[in-house]
Amino acid sequence: MAQDWKSFEPLLIPDIPNLQKIDVYEENGGYDALKKIFNDQNTWSRKSVVEEVKQANIRGRGGAGFNAGLKWSFMPDPDGGPRYLACNGDESEPGTFKDRKIFEYNPHLFIEGALIAAYAMTIDTIYVYIRGEYISWVEMFQEAVNDAYEKGYLGENILGTDISIDLEVTYGAGAYICGEETAMLESLEGKRGYPRTKPPFPAQNGLWGRPTTINNIETLANVPLVINNGADWYGDIGAEEHPGPVLYGISGHVNRPGVYEYPTGVSVMDLINDVAGGIRGGKDLKALIPGGSSTPVLRADQLEGVTMNSDSLKDAGSMMGTAGMVVMDEDTDMVDVLWRIAHFYHHESCGQCTPCREGTGWLEKVLKKIKDGEGEMKDLDLLLDVGNQMEGRTICALADAAVWPVRHTINRFRDEFEARCKKSVHAVA
Amino acid sequence: MAELSFTQEELDEIERLKDKFPTAKAATLRVLWLAQNKYGHVKDEVQNLVAEALDVPKAHVHGVARFYTQYYKEEKGKFVLDVCTCLSCQLCGGYDILHHLEDELGIQAGETTDDGMFTVNEVECLGACGYAPMLQVTNGVYVNNLTKEKVDTLLENLKNGNMPEFESKAMPELEKRNQAASE
Repeated sequence: MAQDWKSFEPLLIPDIPNLQKIDVYEENGGYDALKKIFNDQNTWSRKSVVEEVKQANIRGRGGAGFNAGLKWSFMPDPDGGPRYLACNGDESEPGTFKDRKIFEYNPHLFIEGALIAAYAMTIDTIYVYIRGEYISWVEMFQEAVNDAYEKGYLGENILGTDISIDLEVTYGAGAYICGEETAMLESLEGKRGYPRTKPPFPAQNGLWGRPTTINNIETLANVPLVINNGADWYGDIGAEEHPGPVLYGISGHVNRPGVYEYPTGVSVMDLINDVAGGIRGGKDLKALIPGGSSTPVLRADQLEGVTMNSDSLKDAGSMMGTAGMVVMDEDTDMVDVLWRIAHFYHHESCGQCTPCREGTGWLEKVLKKIKDGEGEMKDLDLLLDVGNQMEGRTICALADAAVWPVRHTINRFRDEFEARCKKSVHAVA
Repeated sequence: MAELSFTQEELDEIERLKDKFPTAKAATLRVLWLAQNKYGHVKDEVQNLVAEALDVPKAHVHGVARFYTQYYKEEKGKFVLDVCTCLSCQLCGGYDILHHLEDELGIQAGETTDDGMFTVNEVECLGACGYAPMLQVTNGVYVNNLTKEKVDTLLENLKNGNMPEFESKAMPELEKRNQAASE
């Protein structure tokens, strides 16, 4: 890592009182990146903005970790028809609770990032989709949007240029699947959140059949930082292949749970011990889910030297996901935990694909049986077998997300699962 | 149920919502919310009213209303307490909070008290994992870091008509720094 993480000054959520107010944001250099681009469109052509963001290698903070600038470059050339930017604020994966911090503490950074993205891709309509449960944050964010309209950062002829961009805030009504990008598009179109088959990808066929780019809220909040300071500066923050600041959500059995901003690449143990104050009650660490409930659980003995970035976590046998870390102490019952995760995915399966609709139900049912002491050894293999039949056989990745925790939790804590299963074999009559 | 209708003011708001999107259908979720806020639920007849206001098929609105958990397809108590028991809340005692509520109110999750005051639900992740265990009051305010005592106080307040206020959970790191600065 290029710098000591402990001396890192937050960039996404800096410690500035009332930063959510547009005047305070402006006083602290807010909307400078937008002005820089809009007032000098020769230097900052649409293509060069895309190129700068691509160079910076902002990796998507919604879980997939894909290079945001590269994603922007997939948009076809304008044909005169509508084009959309859909911003994903539907975080719903257990362990993930970071985007709402941006809505609450630094909404204009995100608005500025979304405006720059819209300019770069020749988009004039931005939709921000927030989960329905976050209605308090929807209202807060709407205020920020109103202020941006009033100040002329949104709407007609922004900063006196011929560029006009609108931003609409809307919200869901309780469905985890709407965080999946194509399900979110369906929901934005006023339908059930059924994921779409890909291809065609949203850049070709998105909202109402038109070119659409979908970015996570935190991803877009990184964009003004890149424009203000340059791709090289950004690339020097945190882990080389996964640079930039990240909002780490730390929950579970720690003394100081919450959202913390540090560079990527901080050691997992430092985050648990130094940042989140260690394990509650002085207990030992048993397991960690690094980035939301779908990312494979790691045992404490697998965490040595592991840092929070895609490559390191991949080597350790897991994923970065949303950096929503769930910490579990030595007394945690992994059977209970896995059953509750399976219950979540069963409840949230949209029901469109049979392997997911039926499979998530079977995973939950068999795990409930084991949890209640009614399971048999062969049920463990049945769980893995059902999982194998689900993975990669559905339109979206919800089935995969349901399978990974089952597979890895059983493999990594097999003793615990076996101990809960009946020891005896059925007598042959 | 008496004849349902939207007021002119509500119809104007529906027009405004339709204008946010290229199609009227796209406003379905928002108009269902508007209807639920008015009637307290979106039973079939309310869904029909939404379909008429948007001029979209009733089957479409029924399908959408059924898909999303926050729409109430039946009447609920005056206050709906959605207790999160998902992963982080489970680890931090979400089920203890749920069972305490069930004991205090004499109902099971999914049920409404006889006086029509409270409905208790067990719900999936509400995205407040760092402030577990928590619950949400009637699709609105989050109540974080629950203890049994905090739940009792909440029930008492709600019975007296006092809704909890929005509670901003600061970034713990900022809190720590501000604390250090003031010392």
